[in-house]
Amino acid sequence: MTAIRATNLSKRYGGTAAVADLSFDVEPGRVTGFLGPNGAGKSTTMRMILGLDRPSGGSVLVDGRPYAELRHPLRKVGALLDAKAVHGGRSAHNHLLAIAQSNGIPAGRVREVLEIVGLREVAKRRVGGFSLGMAQRLGIAAALLGDPEILLFDEPVNGLDPDGILWIRTLMRKLAAEGRTVFVSSHLMSEMAQTADHLIVIGKGRLIADTSVQEFIGRSSQGYVRVRSPRLAEVAELVKVGELHPDHLRVTAMSTLEIGALTARAGIPLEELTFVQPSLEAAYMELTKDSLEFSA
Amino acid sequence: MIDILRSEWTKIRSVRSTVWTLAVTAALMVGLSALLTGSMKSTADGPVNAEQAIAGSLLGIMFAQLAMATLGVLVISSEYRTGGIRTSLMAVPQRLRLLTGKILVFTATSLVVSAVASAAALGVGLAITQPPSLPTNDVLMAVLGATLYLTACGLFGLGLGTLVRHTPGAVVAAIALMLVLPQVATQLPGAWGQRIAEYFTTNAGLLLVGQSNSETLGPWSGFGVYLIWVAVAMIAGAVLLRRRDA
Ligand SMILES: Nc1ncnc2c1ncn2[C@@H]1O[C@H](COP(=O)(O)OP(=O)(O)O)[C@@H](O)[C@H]1O
Ligand SMILES: [Mg+2]
Repeated sequence: MTAIRATNLSKRYGGTAAVADLSFDVEPGRVTGFLGPNGAGKSTTMRMILGLDRPSGGSVLVDGRPYAELRHPLRKVGALLDAKAVHGGRSAHNHLLAIAQSNGIPAGRVREVLEIVGLREVAKRRVGGFSLGMAQRLGIAAALLGDPEILLFDEPVNGLDPDGILWIRTLMRKLAAEGRTVFVSSHLMSEMAQTADHLIVIGKGRLIADTSVQEFIGRSSQGYVRVRSPRLAEVAELVKVGELHPDHLRVTAMSTLEIGALTARAGIPLEELTFVQPSLEAAYMELTKDSLEFSA
Repeated sequence: MIDILRSEWTKIRSVRSTVWTLAVTAALMVGLSALLTGSMKSTADGPVNAEQAIAGSLLGIMFAQLAMATLGVLVISSEYRTGGIRTSLMAVPQRLRLLTGKILVFTATSLVVSAVASAAALGVGLAITQPPSLPTNDVLMAVLGATLYLTACGLFGLGLGTLVRHTPGAVVAAIALMLVLPQVATQLPGAWGQRIAEYFTTNAGLLLVGQSNSETLGPWSGFGVYLIWVAVAMIAGAVLLRRRDA
């Protein structure tokens, strides 16, 4: 069964449409990246999935039901929204214990998740003194408490050091490999490229793309061949289809092999002949360009 | 529901500020009782009678009521301040069940702490004043009244906290409704003005502890009127809690 299904989901705050007519499915067994520039409506969508914000229109179902109808929701869905949203006066252990008790999760599980996220040593310390990285781990521990099949992470790597980022990435891949549904938001394409199998891209609250990562790169822009030569003008004349820049020629309609053969026959020396793969970042920028321009 | 009660109890007991506020409230009541009955005893010509001794012992309730109201506010407003309310609602998405859990756990905590504090304040005050005769019924009634009154004040705070969601705002609302406006109301002119004043929040509620006067309300009916105020705040808070985005 589809883990999360949004149907014509909309949310207005006063005059602004934070989410507009958004429909998508999130499937189990893979990491689904939820990508969009800041202010695109990712957090708002996640809050609606979790029953925190009420949609202005449309609906979103978790495992076929509205979130609020789940009996012990944390055993089905775990979520990390804002790692700093904890009472600083409570110890990590008591923070997790209160959450566990509310869903009938045995207290022993608290120790397990603290172990998993590497916070066992600081279990008795007040969370007010935690660094952002530790708070992030605590938030993930809370998400894992109920051993849920569906996991939501809102910008989990924000403000983390490279070690922490790698740790979260590995964890998400592992959770998906176990057959769970992992839905993770980010405003950074590069981040998603390394973690996600599938992408749901939004801009200004609207769906821009719902595709695999591979397809996404291919669809948005093609690569090109960059040619540099002391006799660049002659090369340009020879290949005809190139686009001449001050220090190089950009060719999209021919392969490196074809260009190389052509220039070799004409005896023109080359400094560089490279196929330039479009970066994911570039592909993403191009796709969300319009939604950014509008908001500017 | 038992799951939610366990969870809310863990939340209350695991924050040092709550535990401290409760301890300070109790200490304040006992301390003020000693202070006031002490001066009562030394300035009195003859022996202090039971009625005066009990009233003097419980005068600390005027401070304790605000401490309890603040604590009630904090039970929910601190979750809004930290953002922890979202975690709570993700765990218990049926919002009224969550609020009910908070009400029950806070009520139980407050009843116990208020009973202990009131009994201790009375014990100290009566030991100091040594009234010649001491009707047991009056003493028990004073402890019961103070306990119920303080708990109602705490629930008033919890209702206002749910309504306002913002600690300073809710505490100011509590002070206005429990201290300032009841005083202002006594200045209202005419028979109607007097009636309004008597029915106004703590003016009615304090009848139960004998710290207020009324021509139309008795101790229990006065307390009943106060509970209606508390219920209105709580219901308004509950309605908004259900309706608003978290
Ligand atoms: N509670 C709110 N009240 C008013 N506007 C909001 C609220 N939450 C979000 N918004 C607005 O909705 C839009 C989407 O925000 P958000 O969902 O936080 O985007 P993202 O998480 O993708 O950065 C933004 O324009 C934001 O200002
Ligand atoms: Mg966001």
